[in-house]
Amino acid sequence: MAVISSRLRLAASITVVLLAVAVLRVVPRAADEPRRIISLVPATTEMLFAMGAGDRLAGVSNYDRFPPDVARLPKVGGLLDPDVERLLSLKPDLVIVYDTQTDLKRQLERARIPIFRYVHRGLPDITATMRALGERIGMKAAAGAAAARIEQQLASIRARVAGRPRPKTLLIFGRDPGALRHVDASAGYGFLHDLLELAGGSDALGDLHRQSVEMSTEMILTRAPEVILELHYGDSLKPEQFDSERRVWEALPSVPAVRNNRVFLLGGDEFVVPGPRIVLAAEQFARVLHPDAR
Amino acid sequence: MRGPVTSRLCPLRERTEPRARTPVRRRLIWTIAGFGTLAVAACLFAPLVGSTRIHLSAVFDRSIPYADNLDAQIFFVARLPRVLAAALVGSALALSGVVFQALLRNPLASPDTLGVSAGASLGAMMAITFNFDFSLLGITAVPLASFAGSFGALLIVYGLSAARRRGTSAIVLLLGGVTVQALLSAIIAFVQYLADFTQTFRNVRWLMGSLDVASYAPIGAALVPMAMAWAGFATLPRVLDLLSVGSESAAARGVNVERTERVALVSASLATGAAVSLAGPVSFVGIIVPHLVRLIVGADHRLVLPASALFGGAFLIGCDLVARTIIAPLELPVGIVTAIIGGPVFLWLLFRRA
Repeated sequence: MAVISSRLRLAASITVVLLAVAVLRVVPRAADEPRRIISLVPATTEMLFAMGAGDRLAGVSNYDRFPPDVARLPKVGGLLDPDVERLLSLKPDLVIVYDTQTDLKRQLERARIPIFRYVHRGLPDITATMRALGERIGMKAAAGAAAARIEQQLASIRARVAGRPRPKTLLIFGRDPGALRHVDASAGYGFLHDLLELAGGSDALGDLHRQSVEMSTEMILTRAPEVILELHYGDSLKPEQFDSERRVWEALPSVPAVRNNRVFLLGGDEFVVPGPRIVLAAEQFARVLHPDAR
Repeated sequence: MRGPVTSRLCPLRERTEPRARTPVRRRLIWTIAGFGTLAVAACLFAPLVGSTRIHLSAVFDRSIPYADNLDAQIFFVARLPRVLAAALVGSALALSGVVFQALLRNPLASPDTLGVSAGASLGAMMAITFNFDFSLLGITAVPLASFAGSFGALLIVYGLSAARRRGTSAIVLLLGGVTVQALLSAIIAFVQYLADFTQTFRNVRWLMGSLDVASYAPIGAALVPMAMAWAGFATLPRVLDLLSVGSESAAARGVNVERTERVALVSASLATGAAVSLAGPVSFVGIIVPHLVRLIVGADHRLVLPASALFGGAFLIGCDLVARTIIAPLELPVGIVTAIIGGPVFLWLLFRRA
């Protein structure tokens, strides 16, 4: 009697275990649909919010500022200094890392934490990344819709400026305040270049296949841009300083952009985060390049 | 510090060369004529060459309004300030190198050794990272903060040198200075750690050095401390010769050792601070030019000082010319070129003589 009952109990427990395994296999849960995501990349943080997955974030990088909701999330370092201990203590089930964070990737693999690798490239890669990320977290439809919306908005900006003359434009993303020294410009590769071309400009450095170039004074003079767009972000420049910073360019009066008063200073973090807000960046570029295109 | 390596690497104390029999005045004239010609030739040639072709006739053509004259703007805004900055920075770093090597009785001393250069870098890093927002007479925050940083470092080192008067040696000043340098470098690393991506990028670029000053205001500003330094250097040639033999024998020959060392330290530090705040830390000029010059003219500071000033200027103008043309339309940071050109040339001269 005792033997039978113990065998029954064993059979029952085996059945329960098998059933549980079967159920878990049929209904994919935690493993496929991460609920505690850590994003070390501000662009992917914004993508997650745009597809409606902001509530799944368990932590973000030190450089995340947008949307304002990220302020309440734990910060776990950045590209160069990820805080691995803090990151692990948050028990993530997916960590979005830069593909170049080799050491961090190895540590996370050792801890058996799934990773999503982010690669920073051109404009089409932004919506591609968004779709891939959506698929990875089980929100394929929402991510696809958000990506399509961005593509649509960009296409409408492109259509609006199509057929208009494309001014030769120099896109500057950094220089010493108050002087034309250490002038860093975007060159013919990367999302800023793509955005500029989309918004109806012709990149003055389009022939140089690099993300950025430190421009000498001589190079600025000989490239003779018709429009200069200067991007300011973070807390690098207060709006009341824009006027005096624009006047710095008067040292180079032969540059057509300076002569024709087409030096524009634009402020905002959307220029440096290749996420959903690129639409705002493209809109601002289009507005200064083609003010009469509505 | 005065071992066999010192005397072989750097003939600071070789006072009995056969050449020394020629009257110094005559050799001085020849030295200044030779190195002066080189420096003047560099100053005249360098503004004519660049990544773009310009026509001198157009540059000085008064019939074209300046605002429309591209050639004139390339010449007067892009190239001439750059060549002048290179001349000043090169000569200041070379002179400081000579003086630091004699003062510390160490052939490896350079403008970076005592931390003045690191102080200047720290000032610039802070201005970039914390977005300092001020300017003075057209000089912007980064060079101002940089010069202030070098001055702060000078005060620390000067304090050390004043304290060392209680019967210690040059090696104590050297060790103290190297420690200050290490300390400041650690603070630089800390400030860089606080910087965000773009600031880090700008910090790194600043540390590579750049002579593209694009206006005359910073050059004018750097001239003030440099002129003070030159006045100091002018009193040094003879006493540095005596001092490099040793402070006791210098004192025995009537040199006011304390005063000389003070003048040498302050002048060399002012020159270094002005140079680094103008162009960033351009490496190698301050150590290589003095040795190259000594290999050519011997160890007499009456010859070494003017020759280093002239050759340092010409050398940096030449390196900057290479930096701005070799991968045109892009540019290399000039500090890379000084080390890549200067290193092998120096090794060749050193081993050819040995």
